[in-house]
Amino acid sequence: MKPATDLPDRRTLLNDLWAIQLEKRHISDQGIKTLAARYQLSEVEIEGVVSFYHFFHRQPAGQYTIYVNNSVTAMHSGMPAIISAFEEATGARIGQTDPTGTFGLYETSCIGLSDLEPACLINFQPFTHLTPQKVKALVWQLRRGVPVEQLANPIPQHLRYQLPPDRAVLLRPFVPGETLKPLLQLDPEEVLSTLEASGLRGMGGAFFPVGKKWRLCREQPGNEKYILCNADEGEPGTFKDRMLLQYLPGLVIEGMIHAAYATGAAEGWIYLRAEYRWLLPELEAAVAAYYDRGWLGAQIPAKSPFRFDIHIPLGAGAYVCGEETAMMNSLEGLRGEPRVRTYFPVERGYRQKPTVVNNVETFAAAARVLEIGAERFAALGTPQMKGTRLLSIAGDCERPGVYEIEWGTRLAEVLDWAVAKSTLAVQISGPSGQCIDPNYGDPCFDWDDLRCGGAVTIFNTQRDLLQILRNFSSFFAEESCGVCTPCRAGNFIFTRKLDKLAKGLGRADDYVEIQNWSNIMRQTSRCGLGRAATHALLTAMEHFPGYFSWYFSPNGAAGAQPFDLEAAVSDYRETVNKTLGTTKTN
Amino acid sequence: MAKAVSIQIDGIEVQAEEGQNLVDAIRGAGVFIPSLCYYEHIQPPLGTCRVCTVLVNGKPTASCTATVRPGMKVVTQTKELEDVRKGMVEMLFAEGNHFCPACEKSGDCDLQGLGYRLGVTATRFPHLFVNRLIDYRPERMVIDHNRCIRCRRCVEEVRTDAGKAVFSFVNRGKDTEVAIDYKAETELTEAQALQAMHLCPVGAILVRGKSLARPVGERKYDQTEQGWEKEEGAIEVPTPKPGAPKKVVATTSLAGCFGCHMSLLDIDEELLDVVELVDFNKSPLTDIKEFSRRCDVGIIEGGCCNSENVEVLRAFREHCDMLIGVGECAIWGGLPAMRNFIPIEECLLEAYGRTTELEDSKVVIPKHEDLPELLDRVYGCQEIVRMDYFIPGCPPDARHIWKVLKHALFGQPYALTHEEFKYD
Repeated sequence: MKPATDLPDRRTLLNDLWAIQLEKRHISDQGIKTLAARYQLSEVEIEGVVSFYHFFHRQPAGQYTIYVNNSVTAMHSGMPAIISAFEEATGARIGQTDPTGTFGLYETSCIGLSDLEPACLINFQPFTHLTPQKVKALVWQLRRGVPVEQLANPIPQHLRYQLPPDRAVLLRPFVPGETLKPLLQLDPEEVLSTLEASGLRGMGGAFFPVGKKWRLCREQPGNEKYILCNADEGEPGTFKDRMLLQYLPGLVIEGMIHAAYATGAAEGWIYLRAEYRWLLPELEAAVAAYYDRGWLGAQIPAKSPFRFDIHIPLGAGAYVCGEETAMMNSLEGLRGEPRVRTYFPVERGYRQKPTVVNNVETFAAAARVLEIGAERFAALGTPQMKGTRLLSIAGDCERPGVYEIEWGTRLAEVLDWAVAKSTLAVQISGPSGQCIDPNYGDPCFDWDDLRCGGAVTIFNTQRDLLQILRNFSSFFAEESCGVCTPCRAGNFIFTRKLDKLAKGLGRADDYVEIQNWSNIMRQTSRCGLGRAATHALLTAMEHFPGYFSWYFSPNGAAGAQPFDLEAAVSDYRETVNKTLGTTKTN
Repeated sequence: MAKAVSIQIDGIEVQAEEGQNLVDAIRGAGVFIPSLCYYEHIQPPLGTCRVCTVLVNGKPTASCTATVRPGMKVVTQTKELEDVRKGMVEMLFAEGNHFCPACEKSGDCDLQGLGYRLGVTATRFPHLFVNRLIDYRPERMVIDHNRCIRCRRCVEEVRTDAGKAVFSFVNRGKDTEVAIDYKAETELTEAQALQAMHLCPVGAILVRGKSLARPVGERKYDQTEQGWEKEEGAIEVPTPKPGAPKKVVATTSLAGCFGCHMSLLDIDEELLDVVELVDFNKSPLTDIKEFSRRCDVGIIEGGCCNSENVEVLRAFREHCDMLIGVGECAIWGGLPAMRNFIPIEECLLEAYGRTTELEDSKVVIPKHEDLPELLDRVYGCQEIVRMDYFIPGCPPDARHIWKVLKHALFGQPYALTHEEFKYD
């Protein structure tokens, strides 16, 4: 095998694929041939990359490509009717284009607009609060040639709950450059010690101390280091990073500048999920403004002036690319598969160089720590979780949107602010998190309790828990990178198991099997995706024993027979009826 | 020379090279650890199959992805770990379509060998029955995706002289598979193509005109270890206790080939002794059509492909204290389940609608109240009723069947030798 350094540099591959996709509306055989020649790769390798990412199509995807999302919140907000309306208005069936190739209609995972569902993307422009009537009018206007950008909805900030000024961290007035001022007095070492003193942890879900991560990167030998901002907010139900990128991009950029100063990195990336492509122009403008002010580029003012550049590459539709090593592979033009964990990214990350990966909110919070000081930050929150956290609240409540809460806040309070009525269950941290009964044990957001990754999705008593869990299970079966056995096969097997339960064919044995199989996946999966995939199911079974007892009753939910003979012979009967009176063919 | 350091494997201090791959260190210590994707010269390790999972300092880790560090504590043998590793192999069987009797790699196949070694009998997972491609397009190879376990060895290892990859992962999630590059494949030398075929741990990569099959006795998993040999001589049948009531046995063949019944008869003249001990009730051996009394044991051959199979199986459950499924078909559908990949409409039209001998005739799919109706797919018995035991094999050895029966009927202790249990 050739060492990685001998292989052609394929960092620009995703960009090139995007250019072809946007222009030709698909990646043709010819396109694959061209790229294979350009990168000196065999065609099947290009094919491997194209087929990994949801937004690259091998068949023409229509002059207008419509992505409706199949997240639970979208479905609960009436997405099935929206899909029918699109099918009727465009003449395209879901998963296809219409016969003229004008419209392509596709399902995709959550597009980060859960507070504005039902929502879709058309040519990567957002359309929210859809109704069947609105869909009809929209398609009519598109047919008349009105540009998509003109029709797209403005996306509101949707700040629903802000802490009082003395307690707010992220959502407080922002003056560009303000958080950079302290750099004029501080050494990189002092930036690190400030962050360490603040107790700030990464907000992406693993909660690793930020100061420690940056220091580990700084201590690595070599000059080539990178900063990577994870803006691949793919967890269904999450959208707070979207709000930060849209309304406070400067704060995120400034956090990255701090990281660069503290670690000695000279180059950084904001890996933006393709679902947020509509944010790209504004984000690029924000970065450009920092270059204009001299806060990015060759001579950034500081106690010891430094160089730092920021690029904004786009993902192409793959949830797993939110995993940091998968993201680095994606940036390198590979399939977005998580790496074998031989090294931490701070040791060997992007291009095998020390890399700090933090998510959008973490960089924003780090910038604020430098602005308000470690002491003020550390005084907020709880002993284990300092400061605040942004929550994306969606689902069955009157006030979906972004909330900034202090760690230690009770869930019941948050549900009150959101005006959630007759709540049955709350999904904490999205499908990879917990499905809990909010009335059980008065939970609060903290290290030992709800260690929330940002999403809080509310389900009322009208909702069918099993249907929700089946949605999650199909999501993981689709979004697994497919490399390791337990996640690729295990999630698929779980979709079948939940189908079985939904048909009323479950028994007490199934309860034990679900636990056993989950344990197998948790112990063997290569990354967090497979390890967390059945978390929601397990917690739901624990929190709602009454609901599940029907599915797991000793004699089978639907009676004594765990097998539905009538259903199993219906295909045969149908075929017989269909062929009555037809003539043989060769 | 790497530094020798001390590590703990299952509580025992052993010496290993610092930085050495943990799989090698564990094996070097004489401890068995299964693996499928591990190939010592691929760096970084593939870490795809996960069957080498152990505990490293208390944390579940695929051992091929870990390297030896001084003082590390490794646990390989706990009941839970063994079950988890076996679960991985079972998942691969449930995910792919592994019809070993029809595979030329049988006896040389790492997946099959590991199945036997870890004691996989019936998989705990439902078979997924996804119709996968057998790709005949490559000029010099055939790729059978039914058999591929996506270990990634070929993706990393097989390159043309120009350094081009021949295989790549394509798609994502449950649809992930390994695809071949039709152009690069033609550029492989004969030796490189054969190397690809041989580094595949299963029989997914075949080179046209070259056989993978080796004579029985020379295959990788033919070497029997001590104590694995088959017992010789007649099968002992216990002498009846005077006055004890005869045990009652029923048998049936559902969607099977009667091969398991033939195997049952393979004890030859000892069958006469068995009749002294056992009464056969409903069974093709007696031609009794309906149950006339309660039975101790019901022996089921075959899975369920039609409504009659389901009814018979339910009747067996109702009338028998213990149900034993015999053979692969009873366990998960077996060879008849090869139709599970094809929608039933297509099956029926192929059989009754696309025949050439009669022109302009009507399509008539047999349907009559006396005819069983076909199920949408072939089901293993435990998908229909609760099953108590399974005897794997295609067909199981007569000796195996009788050992189980003697145990079930008369409580005789029994042990199986590895060879009695192998059907490759």
